[in-house]
This record gives sequence, C-alpha cells and structure tokens, in this order.
Amino acid sequence: MISLAAAFSDPLPWILGIPLAGSPLLALIPRWRWGAWGNVILSALTLAAACGLFVIRPEAGPLLFIDDFNIYLVVLTAFVGFSTSLFSAAYITRESKGSRLTPLQLRFYHAMYQAFMLTMLLALCANNIGVLWVAVEGATLTTVLMVSLYRTREAIEAAWKYFILCSVGIGLALFGTILIYLAAQPVMGDGMSAMAWSVMMKRASSFQPELISLGFVFLLVGYGTKTGLAPLHAWLPDAHAEGPTPISAVLSGLLLNVALYALLRFKMLISANGHALAPGPLLISLGTLSIFVAAFMLYRRGDIKRLFAYSSVEHMGLMTFAFGMGGPLANFAGLLHMAMHSLVKSAIFFSVGMIAQAAGTKRLADIRGLTASRPLLGWLLVVGVLAIAGLPPMGVFMSEFLVISSTFARQPWLALPVMLGLLVAFGALVLRLQGLAFGEPTPLPGLEGVRAPSRFTRTIGYLPIFAHLSLALVAGIMLPGPLVTWFQAVAKMLG
Amino acid sequence: MTMGAIAYDTAHLIGATVLMMGFGLLYQRRMTAVIRTYSLQAMALAAAAAWQAYIQDAPHLYATAAIALLFKGIAVPAALQWLVRKLGIHRTVETALGIGPTMMAGVGLVALSIVLVLPVTENATALTRESIALAMSVVLLGLLMMITRRNAVTQVVGFMALENGLLLGAVGAKGMPLVVEISIAFSVLVAMTLFGIFFFRIRERFDSLDLAYLETYRGERQ
Repeated sequence: MISLAAAFSDPLPWILGIPLAGSPLLALIPRWRWGAWGNVILSALTLAAACGLFVIRPEAGPLLFIDDFNIYLVVLTAFVGFSTSLFSAAYITRESKGSRLTPLQLRFYHAMYQAFMLTMLLALCANNIGVLWVAVEGATLTTVLMVSLYRTREAIEAAWKYFILCSVGIGLALFGTILIYLAAQPVMGDGMSAMAWSVMMKRASSFQPELISLGFVFLLVGYGTKTGLAPLHAWLPDAHAEGPTPISAVLSGLLLNVALYALLRFKMLISANGHALAPGPLLISLGTLSIFVAAFMLYRRGDIKRLFAYSSVEHMGLMTFAFGMGGPLANFAGLLHMAMHSLVKSAIFFSVGMIAQAAGTKRLADIRGLTASRPLLGWLLVVGVLAIAGLPPMGVFMSEFLVISSTFARQPWLALPVMLGLLVAFGALVLRLQGLAFGEPTPLPGLEGVRAPSRFTRTIGYLPIFAHLSLALVAGIMLPGPLVTWFQAVAKMLG
Repeated sequence: MTMGAIAYDTAHLIGATVLMMGFGLLYQRRMTAVIRTYSLQAMALAAAAAWQAYIQDAPHLYATAAIALLFKGIAVPAALQWLVRKLGIHRTVETALGIGPTMMAGVGLVALSIVLVLPVTENATALTRESIALAMSVVLLGLLMMITRRNAVTQVVGFMALENGLLLGAVGAKGMPLVVEISIAFSVLVAMTLFGIFFFRIRERFDSLDLAYLETYRGERQ
C-alpha cells in the first residue's frame, strides 16, 4: 500500500508511463476502431496526469525534473496531444472509408502516435542533456515513420528529406551536447551531474565560456533544424504536407515547440554563464530571416497544407526573434506566442484536414467558396486563419503586439523588418483565404460515394477546433491573472 | 617515455586512423570499396573506444567498443553489401563534385576544426583536446560526403561516418555517462532498419536508388 501511495504522489512516472505502455498496447489491438479509441483514452489519461503536476510538484531527479518553465509545455503538449487524438479518431474513420489505409497501417499509426507523445514529454521533462537528445532523436524516428505512412511517391520523398536533414541536425546537436559536457566536466566532475540542468544552472558561471559558445553554435544549427528556422527549414513543408493531417497538427503544434524549448534551455545556460557569446543576435537574425523567407514563400504556395506549414516557419521565426530580444516583456510575448501558435495552428490543420478530405484534393486552386458549400467548416477556417494572421481579438494578436511593441521600445530598427515580414505574411494569408472561403463554390468530390459520417464522428471532429479557438480567444480578451504572474516568473528565468 | 605520453600518442594515432578512413571514404569510386572503408573506420573507432576504456579506467567504454566493432564494423557493412548486391545498383559512385575538389574541401574542414577547437579547450587535458578536434574533423568529413554524393546508399554511409565522428568525441570526453553511448548505438540500429524499409520502398517505386529521380518532384503540384 505504501508503494501505491508513493506512486500516486508523483505524476511524473504516469505522464511518461502511460504512453510508454500504450504504444505496444495499441500495436496489439487488432481492430482499428478500438485502436483509435484506445489512443483517445490513453491521451486523456496522460493529460490528467499532466494536470496533476499543478497539485504535486515532484523533486528534481538525476534524469527527470519539473520546473516553472517546462510544466506549462508539458500540460500544453498533453492537451494538444489529447485533442489531436480526438480529431484523429474522426479523421481516421473518414479516411478508412476511402480505404487509403489498411488496418495494419492504422495499428502502426496509433502505436507510433503514443511513442511520439512519449518522446515529446520525455524531452520536456528531461533533466539530463543526454536524455533530452535521445528523446528528440526518438521523436524524429517516430515522425518519419508517420510521415511516410501513405507510401505515395511524395510521402516517401518528404520522409526521406525529413529524415536526412533532421538526422544531420540531431548529429550536430549531439556534438554540441558533448562540448557542453566538456565545459561542465572540470567544474562538476565526471558523470551524470555534469549533464543535469538543475545542477548545471547553479554553477554555470564557472564553466569555460569559449567551449559553451562553440557548443551553442552546434546546438543552434542542430535543434534549429528541428525548430524549422530558415535556412534549415527545407524539410518542414514537405513533412507537414505529405503525412496524415493529425500528424501535421502535432508537428506544428508540439514538435517545433519542443525543439525551441531545447534551444532555450541552452540559452539559459549561456545567460547564467555570463561570459560566453551573446545568443541574442544569433537568434534575432535567424528569427528575422525565417519570418522573411516564410512570408514571401506564402505567396507562391499551391497546396493548402504547405501554405500553413510555411506559416509555421514564420511563427517559429517570430518566437525565436522574441527570445533573442530577451528581457521580461519579449520573453513573456514569446512564451505566450508559443502557446497561442500551438493552439491556433493545430486548429487550422484540423479544419484543413477535413477540407482536404471533402474536396479530395490539397490544391488551393481547386478549393473555393467553402463558406457556401460547407458553412461551419468554412467559417471555422476563416476564424482560424484570421487568428493566425494576427487580427484582434485572438491571442496571437496579443503576443505579436507585445513582441513588436517591446522591440520598438528598445531597438526600433529591429522592429521594422519584423513588422514588414508580418504584414507581407498577413497579405498572403488573406489573399489565399479569400479564394478558399469565398467566391463560387467548387464541387466537393471527396464526399461523393462515401456514406456521410455519423453525427458523433462529426462532433468529435469539430470539438477540438472549437476548444482550441475558444482558448485562443479567451487568452486574447483577458489572460487569467495567475497565468500572467506565472508567465512573468518564467520570462524572468529566461533572462 | 612515461605512461602518459604513450597513452596520448596511441589515442592520437588511433584517432588519426579514423580520420584517415574518413578521407578514404571521399575518394573511393566503387560502392563495395566505400562500404569496406566504412567498416575499417568503424573498427578503428572500436580500437579508439577500447583504448580510452583502458586509459580512463572506464570499463563501460569496452561495451561501446564491442558495439562499434560487432555492429558498425561487421554487421552493418555486411548488410549494406548484401543490399547493394541484391539491388544490383551500379558499381560506380556518382559524385556531385569531383574527387579533387572534394579532397581539398576535406583538408580545409580538418584545418577549420583544429583552428576552432584547440584554442577553446585550453583547460581540458591534451588528450581530450586532440580527440575533440579529430572528432569534429570526422563529423565534418561525413557531412561533406553526404553533400557530394548523389546515391542514397553512399549518403547513408556518409551519415554513419558522421556518427562515427560523434562517437569518437563521446569516448574522448572523459567520464561522459554511458547513456549517450548506448543511445547512439541504439539509434544506429533503429536508423538501420529504417533505412532498410526506405530502400525497399524507394526501390518499389522508382527501380533506382539515385536521388535525382526523387528530385523531379519539387513538392508543389501546380
């Protein structure tokens, strides 16, 4: 009984244990419908365990720990993972009617989904920079397998490109990790403690600065590739476009955040050291470049999923820029933007998934007049796109406004290119949205000859979109007080 | 000569052998020779890990050495040779850049790593400094090989050479916990099965492993 009580007193083993046990379990379930529901139940349990962190904060161990910074990303990841699993159940039901996926592939898909959640959560909870690296590598492997799920020519190319680029990136990140260990080792001594965040942060000021600087450059290129920062973003649009849509949603909403989280941890280490190179200018230039490249690329997209994938590059650029600026206000804006982008972008991908299924195509030119042909879906897309473009009253507006205004106050010249990039991207999104949502409706051949989904399937498909967009709306209108205090505390931690 | 000097010289010699094999990979023109050179590099890496295990008195590094020898030095090359024969892919390696310029670039990269690493590792022991500089050279040479080769198999060999460099760095960093070494070996294993699946799928679709076939598709269906 004592061990049981002890087990319940610490949510951390549950957060990681549920997806760990769930992945092989789902691989064994023969019927895909049960697999889809098993996936939902496991994700809900993970979310419940993650919420337990608010009540009980576990002690920092040698491998895992929870602090003010990662707790919010753990809960956000578990939440988006849960709502995506709901959407995925609806999506898979529709998809299997078109028989694009065999039952065996679906089993594999669900097992990989849980394995992906495990790697994401492990990366966030890791106290050890080696464990962090292993988890991000694992995330690459699981998502590569999911991107290539359809086995079309495009999916294979996308997965290959993703795999090669991100493996090299992750390889360079490991080299950076080794260099950071070498910087820590003379001070901390051999072994585990020289790789643990919680211990390293306390003594970072006595690490050798040159070695940390060199290590950070490798880490920036390595984890920056996974964050999708230009010019290392080449894998991102392909991987988003060719995999199943729930995977596009978790790639944009979760994986990019986790890679950025890894970068920020190392940035904190550098700030704590005080003598190493200033990471700010590097992050600012990569961020601005990403905003610009993505904003102009948005105009030439012919594929609906690629369009929003480039928009993710733009937003990751904006966050990187904000964290590069640093200071309490810009960090606050960056953290808020991380959450808002996760919620809104995954909501957009949910609606895009349903649209692509209905239209039977992803070509922008072939999808028009959605507000007339599918009013609910069409208007949800309009709301989502306007939100991500940065219009008030949604939360994305608030965070973008904070980034710009805090930059104006300190470095007006840096704010100009960012604002220009955001405007260019805004124009592109509104332009595309006009075609998609309004005008003469095109026929929706994807719906022909397919039995209309049940009311229940429709509901669980739409529910996550509503939930995400309303959360973004609430955050835009009035951010709850405790959340603000907490964001401020983390912003201070980030330096 | 003291024991410290012998330890240093031997580690240096083995590390340089790994680097030499990295250069060897750049000028081989036949697929089978590329795989054989990779195998030699992995064996040199195994020797480096075993030597570090001996001089650092860190027995867990013997495990790393064994994995490098058995898995990377013997099993993976054998599987690749089998794959190459099975797929009957052409014997010459197609390069995107000539052998001469590639070698020049390789020399430049090694110089770059030495210039970058040696000044910043003044506090570390001479042993660590040298192995990190060598490791970074091997990593960059692997990267160069991936860039200058067009064929999927040679790109994969380039990637594995890059991982050899990472491992060389990891065993050279004194007292680095085992977690990382195991994870690297493990990830290679997983990566290998992954690559296997990929090869067969690419083969199914295109009857070739030349990536140029893939590049006809640019990702936009206008």
